[in-house]
Amino acid sequence: MEAQQYKKLWWDIILATLSFAVVPLFILGGVIYHQFSVSYTAKIKDNMKTLAENRAGSVDLFLDERISQLTGLAHTHSLEQLKDEDYLNKVFNIIQTRSKSFLDLGVIDEEGNHLAYVGPYYNLLKKVNYHGEKWFHEVMATGVYVSDVFLGFRKIPHFIIAVMVREKKKIWILRATIDSDIIDNIVRAAWIDKKGDAFLVNRENILQTTPRFGGKVMEPPKAPDFAAATGTSVEELDFRGETLLYATSIIKLKKWVLVIREDPTEQLTPLLQARFLAVLISLGGVVLIIIGAYFTTRAMMKELMRMEQKKAASDEVAMQSSKMAALGKMAAGIAHEINNPLAVIGEKAGWMKDLLGMEDMDGSENFQELLDAVNKIEYHVVRAKTVTHRLLGFARRMEPLTERVNINTVLDESIDFLENEARYRNIDIQTNYAPDLPLTTTDQSQLQQVFLNIINNAIDAIGKEGEININTRPIKQTNRISIEISDNGPGMPKEVLQKIFDPFFTTKEVGKGTGLGLSISYSIIEKLGGKIMVASEEGQGTTFTIYLPVR
Amino acid sequence: MEKFKILVVDDEQDFLETILKRLKARKIEVTGMESGYKALEFVDTHDVDVIILDVKMPGMDGIETLREIKKKKPLAEVIMLTGHASVESGIQGMQLGAFDYVMKPVALDELLEKVRQAYDRKVIQEGKA
Repeated sequence: MEAQQYKKLWWDIILATLSFAVVPLFILGGVIYHQFSVSYTAKIKDNMKTLAENRAGSVDLFLDERISQLTGLAHTHSLEQLKDEDYLNKVFNIIQTRSKSFLDLGVIDEEGNHLAYVGPYYNLLKKVNYHGEKWFHEVMATGVYVSDVFLGFRKIPHFIIAVMVREKKKIWILRATIDSDIIDNIVRAAWIDKKGDAFLVNRENILQTTPRFGGKVMEPPKAPDFAAATGTSVEELDFRGETLLYATSIIKLKKWVLVIREDPTEQLTPLLQARFLAVLISLGGVVLIIIGAYFTTRAMMKELMRMEQKKAASDEVAMQSSKMAALGKMAAGIAHEINNPLAVIGEKAGWMKDLLGMEDMDGSENFQELLDAVNKIEYHVVRAKTVTHRLLGFARRMEPLTERVNINTVLDESIDFLENEARYRNIDIQTNYAPDLPLTTTDQSQLQQVFLNIINNAIDAIGKEGEININTRPIKQTNRISIEISDNGPGMPKEVLQKIFDPFFTTKEVGKGTGLGLSISYSIIEKLGGKIMVASEEGQGTTFTIYLPVR
Repeated sequence: MEKFKILVVDDEQDFLETILKRLKARKIEVTGMESGYKALEFVDTHDVDVIILDVKMPGMDGIETLREIKKKKPLAEVIMLTGHASVESGIQGMQLGAFDYVMKPVALDELLEKVRQAYDRKVIQEGKA
C-alpha cells in the first residue's frame, strides 16, 4: 500500500472514531444540560411564585391588621367618646406605641365634616369637608375602604383606611392615614440579588410603591402592564428589549397587583455555570477522544503496515517459488526439444568421424579441415549438452532420496572437493559447526550439490585471498538447522541480489557459468523442505543462509 | 568383433539410422526398430543381449515396452535413453529392471561402455540361472 493510502485510511479511521465517540458525547451533554435547564428554570419560577405569594400575603396581612385595628377601635368606642379630641389623642397615642403605621386619625360625620382629628396636619385638615371626595362615597357604600396611594394635602405618598360605623341612628366614619413606607418595606423584601425588583401597581397600572429601578410612585412602572392580572403567575416577558422574569400575585384586599421582576441571567447563573462546565467537560472529552483515537489508530496503522510488509515478503517468496516452477517447466521443455536434435547432430558428426577414419582419405587436401570441423561439432554438441542437462537437473522433479544425514559431514566433504582450489587462491575456509547438530532425513548428494555451488561461488567471488566462514546451528524453536556460508568478497548490489536465484542469471564471464547453479540450489532446497536466503552488502561480502527442517 | 547382440529402439529416424551405421561400422551385431511394437515382435523371434530403448516414443512408450520386454525376456538388459525431462521415467525404468539410463545426447563410446557393462551383468545373471 502506498503511504498516501495509509494516510487516507488513517484519517478515515480517526474521523469515524471521532464521529462515533463525539456525537454521542455532545448529545449526552446537550440532553443533560437541557434537562437541568428545564428543571432549574422551573425551580426558579417556583421560587419566584412562592416569593410573590408570600409578599402579597404579607401586604394582605398588614392591611388586614390595620383594618381590624381600626374596626376594633370604632366598635369599642362611641362617637361621643371619639369626638373628644383629647380622648382621640389618647387613643391615637396608644395605637402609635404599638404601631407607627398610623400617621393620623380622624372622625367624620355623615356630612363629611371632620368632627375630630389627631395628627400632624391639624390646622390643614380639621376644616376640610370630605363630602365631595370619592372615598367618602365608597366608604358610605361598602363600610370599609382602602384607598390607592395618593399624595393628598401632605404631598407625600400615603393611603387611607376608612371604616363606617352605625351607632344608633347616627353614621360616622373613622379614617386613618397609613404611611405607605411600610408597604414599601414589605414589598422591598422581594428585591433580591442585584437586579431583582418588586412593586405594587393598582388597576390603572399606576405604581403604588417605589420600585427599585425606574419610575416613581403614582407613575406607570417601566414594566409590562400587569393591571389586569387575575392570579399568581410567573412568565418570561420581553420588555423594551430586555427579557426578564415576572411574577405577579394579587393583593386580595385592594386588588393591587404585586409584581416581582428578576433577571433570569442572574437567577440562572448556576445554570450558566453548569452549561460552562458541561461544555468544558465535553471539550475535555473530545480532546481525550482525539488523543486516544490518534494513538490507537497510529498503533493500528503501524501493525497494519507491519503485517502488510510481512505479507509482501511472503508474497515475494511465493512468487519466487512459482517463478521457479514455471521456469523449470519451460527449461525442461526447451531441454527436451534441443536434446533430440542434438543427439542426431552428435551421431551424425560421430558417423562422419568414423567415416573419415575408415576411408583412405589421408591424401585428401581437406582431410584435416574436415576432421577439425567434425571435432568442433562434437565439442559444441557436448557444450550444448551440458547446458541442457543442467537445465534438466534444474527442472528435476523426482522425489529426493531420503537418508539420515549429518550436515556437518556433508559440508566437510564439500569443502574437501574445493580445498585445493581454495588453497591455490589463498582462501581460508573456516568452519564453526555445532557439535550437537541433529541428523536429518534428506538427500545427501543434492545437498552436496548445493553446498558445492555456494562455496564455489564464494571462491569465485573472492577471487584471491580471503576468508569463507561456514557455520551450522540447530534452531530448536522451529526445529530447523541453519547453515551459514559467508565470504568476505566484494558483495553484490541490490539489483544483482534480486535476480541471483533466477535461471541463466550469471555475473561470471561468458562460458564460465551457466547461470543455473543457484537456481538449481534454490529448487533443491525448496524440494528438501528448506529455505535459502542471501544477504549481501557491497564491499562487505555475501552470506547465504540455508534452513533445513530436522525430520 | 563384440560378442553381444544389440537392439536399438528409437522413433527418431535420423538418430536410429546413424547409430546403426556407426555400431555396424564397429562390427557390432545390431538391429534398429522405430517403435515399441516392432521391438517386441523382433524380440519374439530373435535373440538380443542388450536393448537400447528410447523412453519417449509415440504409441507404446519406452516404459511400456520395457515392461513387456521384461516379461518376454527377463534376462535381456535394457538401457533407457531419455531425451527430455523424463528423468523420472529413467528412474522408473530402473525400478522396472532396466540396467541404467542415459541422457541424450550421449557419446557413442560412453554408450558402448554401458552396453558392455550391461552385457557383463547379463552373462553373470545367466551363469546364475
